[in-house]
Amino acid sequence: METTELRKTAGTKYEDLARGDQICGCTMDSSMDSTRSVRRTKEEKKLLRRQIKASHTLLKHEGISTASHPTKHLVVSNGGLGNGVSRESLLEVLKEGGTVESLLTPPAKPYAFVTYSSTEAGQNAYTLLNGRVLQCHDQRVALYFSYVEKVDSDRSVSSALPPGLSVLEDFVSPEEELQLLQAVDWTPHTDDVTVQKALKHRRVKHYGYEFRYDNNNVDKDKPLPGGLPAECDALLQRCLADGHISVLPDQLTVNQYQSGQGIPPHVDTHSAFEDPILSLSLGAKTVMDFKHPDGRSVAVVLPERSLLVMKGESRYLWTHGITPRKFDVVPVSEVEGSGVMTSDLSNLTLSRRGTRTSLTFRKIRHIPCNCAYPSVCDSQQPPSPPTVPVAEGDACHLEEQYVHQVYEEISSHFSSTRHSPWPHVRDFLLSLPPGSVLADIGCGNGKYLGINPEVISVGCDRSANLVQICVERGHEALVSDALSVPLRSGSCDACISIAVIHHFSTQERRQAAVRELVRLLKVGGRALIYVWAMEQEYNKQKSKYLKERTTGASVERSGELKTEENMFNQQEEHDRKIRSDMKCTEEQNVTQPRIHIHTNRTAFLSQDLLVPWHFKCNADKNKGARSGSTKGPLENTSEGPVFHRYYHVFQQGELEEMCCCVTGVKVLRSYHDQGNWCVELEKTHCNSS
Amino acid sequence: MKLLTHNMLTSHVKGVTKGYPLIIKATEVKVNELEFNAQFVSRMIPKLEWSALIQAAEWLGQSQDLPSALIPDYENDEEFLRKVHRILLEVEVIEGCLQCPESGREFPISKGVPNMLLNEGE
Repeated sequence: METTELRKTAGTKYEDLARGDQICGCTMDSSMDSTRSVRRTKEEKKLLRRQIKASHTLLKHEGISTASHPTKHLVVSNGGLGNGVSRESLLEVLKEGGTVESLLTPPAKPYAFVTYSSTEAGQNAYTLLNGRVLQCHDQRVALYFSYVEKVDSDRSVSSALPPGLSVLEDFVSPEEELQLLQAVDWTPHTDDVTVQKALKHRRVKHYGYEFRYDNNNVDKDKPLPGGLPAECDALLQRCLADGHISVLPDQLTVNQYQSGQGIPPHVDTHSAFEDPILSLSLGAKTVMDFKHPDGRSVAVVLPERSLLVMKGESRYLWTHGITPRKFDVVPVSEVEGSGVMTSDLSNLTLSRRGTRTSLTFRKIRHIPCNCAYPSVCDSQQPPSPPTVPVAEGDACHLEEQYVHQVYEEISSHFSSTRHSPWPHVRDFLLSLPPGSVLADIGCGNGKYLGINPEVISVGCDRSANLVQICVERGHEALVSDALSVPLRSGSCDACISIAVIHHFSTQERRQAAVRELVRLLKVGGRALIYVWAMEQEYNKQKSKYLKERTTGASVERSGELKTEENMFNQQEEHDRKIRSDMKCTEEQNVTQPRIHIHTNRTAFLSQDLLVPWHFKCNADKNKGARSGSTKGPLENTSEGPVFHRYYHVFQQGELEEMCCCVTGVKVLRSYHDQGNWCVELEKTHCNSS
Repeated sequence: MKLLTHNMLTSHVKGVTKGYPLIIKATEVKVNELEFNAQFVSRMIPKLEWSALIQAAEWLGQSQDLPSALIPDYENDEEFLRKVHRILLEVEVIEGCLQCPESGREFPISKGVPNMLLNEGE
């Protein structure tokens, strides 16, 4: 069933398009002209309705706006590879409309773009072909046409392979291929030399060590007798000689996939295997999907007899998987090509899958993994990661361990990275009348305390080390908790709480923090609150936090986003997909609900998280010279420990809603600023407490 | 800690009803000369608890015969404003502690930083 592929790859959003597929059997009457015909038949109306719906779907989910006047470019809804329509059969139909100049068939999309030689030809095709039903394999598909102003040939997804990935074509000869395939004996044995299993979606056999699907690891002290098949020796020696590996693998997993079978997206357990991982494709080619946690996705063609080498980021951070389907989207050219197949959309079509056998060679890891991707590293999970607290005592304990202690430890390094005030906070401070009293609750290193010299500023922070930095800089500051600030009620004209309340781990405590701010205000006083937003992409703009990500997750700041913007920009869609991918991973354990470890500079996958702080040792030595221009020394990073800070990132509306529950205040405004949700409050009347 | 800050501070020990002002027990006090700004000081005065300021200055031996009640028309009394400027902004407690007048709980001041953290349940 090819339609299942559409739903798998594109999710529910195309169901509108897909649902219309099967039913509409009408062919267009060529006399139909939307400008002329006043009285439409029932069928015509139905067709028009479907077509309009299709163009709305394109605009809403793909950002493709259709034109109301004829052009030579048309988008063909339902006529896409993602809908099981092959390039050849689509082209055949399109040619009836006139001379086709180009045809773009984006992978996994339920639509295609066609450009005709002239506007007339485009118009002709529109009237002739709209509603045409195609018989594709075992389903009928109705095509709906809409004009577009132009076809953006750059509508391709990122064309680069994931960092660290390579596909070596023709790594083994057809003779070797046959020999290796024969070496794997699939007939059931009772011996314990190898372990063979029929999984739900594929056949699998282990050599050297058994990979256990219950804990996604191997019993390192229980090697299987016999080791790896001797037939593999030559090819492994070649890998060694060519420098793809530095030590010989000692574990082999053989997977056999029939057409239509696949493997869920997963990351090979970090603590179980070293880097890199080799995978040899035999018998048939396939397309493997690689996904970054931020939603970027790259489909890679693995031709038969090719060797896939997954190293570094591609091994540790990206998931890989094979979508179960019978057809793959591959380049048209008969010349076998490997690598990314999404670079040229005018060059893609469908290829039927054959039976593929993969040999995955891995080296058992004997010491814990210390990669730069703690969010996906089972070796680097903090000891017994906490669960989201419910009870007050648990919350205090969590914050003590994952907020207070961490800030004390990282204070000097943290401070060296915090020197530029956020412009909207600065504006707020400069708007205060001279002589105002300001309290900065959670002042950190005091970067906001001196912004407006006409204002009396007092800072509070939970971290004694950070408060010490404030005082050394000549500011007034004291150590205190934001839930119990030792300042007189009504003593402040203004309060700010910048990036503080997201460190409280229960809704009650977050709300109590807002109440405490309001208590400090006099009637008419204003408070500005910033918290980190779940939505790091807002109005199609990525936050600085996301943009500043560099290739290594260990790098905390500086540098531009090196990868291309990906084609998808529906964050929700991403998040939903990633979450479901994570859930269905077969080889990565699904554990008890606990706080997720975030990978820096990526989209948030849950609201409660532990955010790693990669401590730079040398920053500590700069303690005396904490001036603004610390960019230089920060670059020479020596590896240091990783700390985890707890955050509750706020969803749109959550902060306002919370503030509205506090009596005696009104929300003056709320906004999104660089990945933060922000509110400005005014105290309207005195609360007797 | 300047006395301006002290003027805002109150005891937040649970159950305390009269926690203001905190008693200053200083072991090291410093006076930092700062540029005098009459307008700034004038603007600050209405924000203060005057009697607590005078009390604090007395604890530090810095009261300079300032009146225990705020004088009228202080905006135009430069001599008065200079005295206020001194106790408000120039005098700093470096070491010592603050004590809650009701519960007796002491909060240390070290390197100019009052540590007002309470223990769990306090």
